[in-house]
Amino acid sequence: MSRLINLLLLLSIGAAVIASFAYLGIDLGALISGDSLGQMAGYVQRFLSPDLSAEHLSAISHGAMETLAMSALGTLLAAVFGLLLALPAAGRFGWPLQSAARLLLNALRAIPELVWAALMVLAAGLGPNAGTLALALHTAGVLGRLFAEALENTPTAPAEAIRLQGGSQVAAFCYGTLPNLWPQLLAYCLYRWENNIRMASVLGFVGAGGLGQMLYVSLSLFQEAQASTVILAMLVLVFGVDALSGWTRQRWVRA
Amino acid sequence: MLNRDTRDPAALPRLLLTLLALVLLWPGIQLSELDLGVLLQADSQSEMGRFVAAFWPPTHDADFLQLLLDATLQTLAIATAGMALALLLAIPASLLASRALSLSAASLGGRPKPLAQLLRWPVRGLLIFLRSVPEIVWALLFVRAVGLGPTAGVLAIAITYSGMLGKVYAEIFESVDQRPAHALLQAGSGRLAAFVYGILPNAAAELTSYTVYRWECAIRASVVMGFVGAGGLGQQIDLSMRMFAGGEVASMLLTFLLLVLLADQLSRVLRRRLA
Amino acid sequence: MTLRLSGASLSHGNGVHALRGVDLHIAAGEQVAIIGPSGAGKSSLLNLLASALQPSSGEIQLLGEQPWQLSSSQRQRLRARIGLVHQTPPLPARQRVVTAVLAGKLGQWSLGKSLLNLLHPLDIPGARRELAKLDLADKLFAQCQQLSGGQLQRVGIARVLYQAPELLLADEPVSAMDPVLAEHTLNVLCRHAEQHGVTLVASLHAVELALAHFPRIIGLRDGQILFDRPAGEVGQAQLDALYANEQLLSPPTPSVTLSLQIPRC
Repeated sequence: MSRLINLLLLLSIGAAVIASFAYLGIDLGALISGDSLGQMAGYVQRFLSPDLSAEHLSAISHGAMETLAMSALGTLLAAVFGLLLALPAAGRFGWPLQSAARLLLNALRAIPELVWAALMVLAAGLGPNAGTLALALHTAGVLGRLFAEALENTPTAPAEAIRLQGGSQVAAFCYGTLPNLWPQLLAYCLYRWENNIRMASVLGFVGAGGLGQMLYVSLSLFQEAQASTVILAMLVLVFGVDALSGWTRQRWVRA
Repeated sequence: MLNRDTRDPAALPRLLLTLLALVLLWPGIQLSELDLGVLLQADSQSEMGRFVAAFWPPTHDADFLQLLLDATLQTLAIATAGMALALLLAIPASLLASRALSLSAASLGGRPKPLAQLLRWPVRGLLIFLRSVPEIVWALLFVRAVGLGPTAGVLAIAITYSGMLGKVYAEIFESVDQRPAHALLQAGSGRLAAFVYGILPNAAAELTSYTVYRWECAIRASVVMGFVGAGGLGQQIDLSMRMFAGGEVASMLLTFLLLVLLADQLSRVLRRRLA
Repeated sequence: MTLRLSGASLSHGNGVHALRGVDLHIAAGEQVAIIGPSGAGKSSLLNLLASALQPSSGEIQLLGEQPWQLSSSQRQRLRARIGLVHQTPPLPARQRVVTAVLAGKLGQWSLGKSLLNLLHPLDIPGARRELAKLDLADKLFAQCQQLSGGQLQRVGIARVLYQAPELLLADEPVSAMDPVLAEHTLNVLCRHAEQHGVTLVASLHAVELALAHFPRIIGLRDGQILFDRPAGEVGQAQLDALYANEQLLSPPTPSVTLSLQIPRC
């Protein structure tokens, strides 16, 4: 019986894939026919000579720092908001607050960063502030949910022992729960930071600061050389953050 | 002596870390021009206030709902088709990049020959490059190359996610117990057979779980692809926002919420059944 | 009068009667050992005395107060005067020993001091002094996850010694230690109780240890007090009755393994 259901599931996944291609009407054959492949190769070629002039590089380095700051601060803010929302969402303050917090977290999470950024540009104007807030809002939803799960899975005995010797709720949380919890929280934050550095570099598409704006403008003006430098800068940022967070994970999460 | 006894060895590192964090925080706040106030002062005077006021009631006439349904289906189709293409690329690439199927590793006690290792690096490097460029940048590039429409979105997801899936698959293959595969290889079986019988059974659960998680991510990604003209819900919401049609934006935000909740449920079912 | 139980019963949610109508009176400064087979209700009795559990019926009086008639903040103040040593001390794996010991005073410290102490241990000499009594001063800055079961038990005892309660309860405090260490640790506990006029109630699995260190012995079986008399008057016949038909069951020790989820990006 269970095998049958699994088989049906696999079949329906296959059907969904075929239906998707049919619905979109994608002609993969036309994409790899000789002519369009040649066109694409020509397009790719224009990216192969990045613009490395000092002027452009200094503009890019400013954009890159801005992107880095946006991603880091957005993640930090999200961690704070996320933890504040995770406490009620894990059922610490009764069920009415729990459902409310869960709904709020889902709503924050459901709206993608780029949509939040477009909304924040309306509220806060163009610039990196909008991007930081957009990252913070979406990531707060994601982290809040993960934090709430982590909170529910943390053993409660240490905190109960502190309560039993007369400690306050806050003391019991800080001394009993937090020591077991924070490596997990840190692991989730690092993972979101790795995600957010990628997102921060594209939020500029809707005017929310960072490298994205430069990329969008240079591609619109068909300046492939400049665009290619921006993409290289994005790669450097992503590798840098990945390496840093990998090191942090090794040092503080697994130890 | 007493002085040494009462000193906390962690005090200095903690102090330095705190100072470092503070030193980095300040330029960070400057660079990102952070101002939390805007979240609180969205009053009815501002443009944002008027826009949000128009959220209620969400647009729900039949024409718009039909449009919304079409865009949603397109979004789902882009994610699914993109994932299918990504898997086509990712599976062979992960087999090439993984150390798990190394013949020399099986006979050299787990460490492959340096030359063989050198051959794996280009594949690995390619995968890392593919996954490190954000999918929406790929979409922007493909929109220029193949024109506006969902094809660009599908290709962008296929490219980025083949990198992500390929790299993580390779890591998963290496993280499971290598002894069954090594035993098979030493007994003279082919690499593919050794993989299917020695590694896949142990890795299947984690592979499924990660694939389903990435499919969820692909749905989210295809939602925003539309902002650069690659079809789906993003294109709609971009249009509605430019026209300040608050009601339409509200219905679409609600659709996002529904989509995410649905994907949560579906992935929970898939993980339980297949993992 | 420090402790008084009258007709106290305790039944768990699953319908098991852990204690039935226990009457008990322990005066201030007394040192009492509770012995009995596994499942006799020793831990339940200690949890009742620590005001961790509320009796399903009967009355309980601790340090002159009735804990379950107090407001919850008054009860927390009462609890700060009671210390309980757990059999497997629930200490967070990543917490450092110094912080775990200093946590003993959380019931007395203000919130600000508690939080500050988390960032930087405020009373390192105090923690070192208590650990040194238990021959564990070298582990002051180790993480709890690096310690063995017996060492963890000693950290738990050091925490309660640092708390300096008026009523010291200990649930199998030496179960994971070798005989020499167990002897030494019980000596430390009893001496501490004597010097500070603290009431000490400990449950012990090893009868010889109980008889050697405690002047008053309470035998518990099936949730009832079988005998309660000076150590000198406990005879072999009573011990045989107490442990009759005991099944050799080692209590399940809850394994505390932290599973970390590291999402792949």
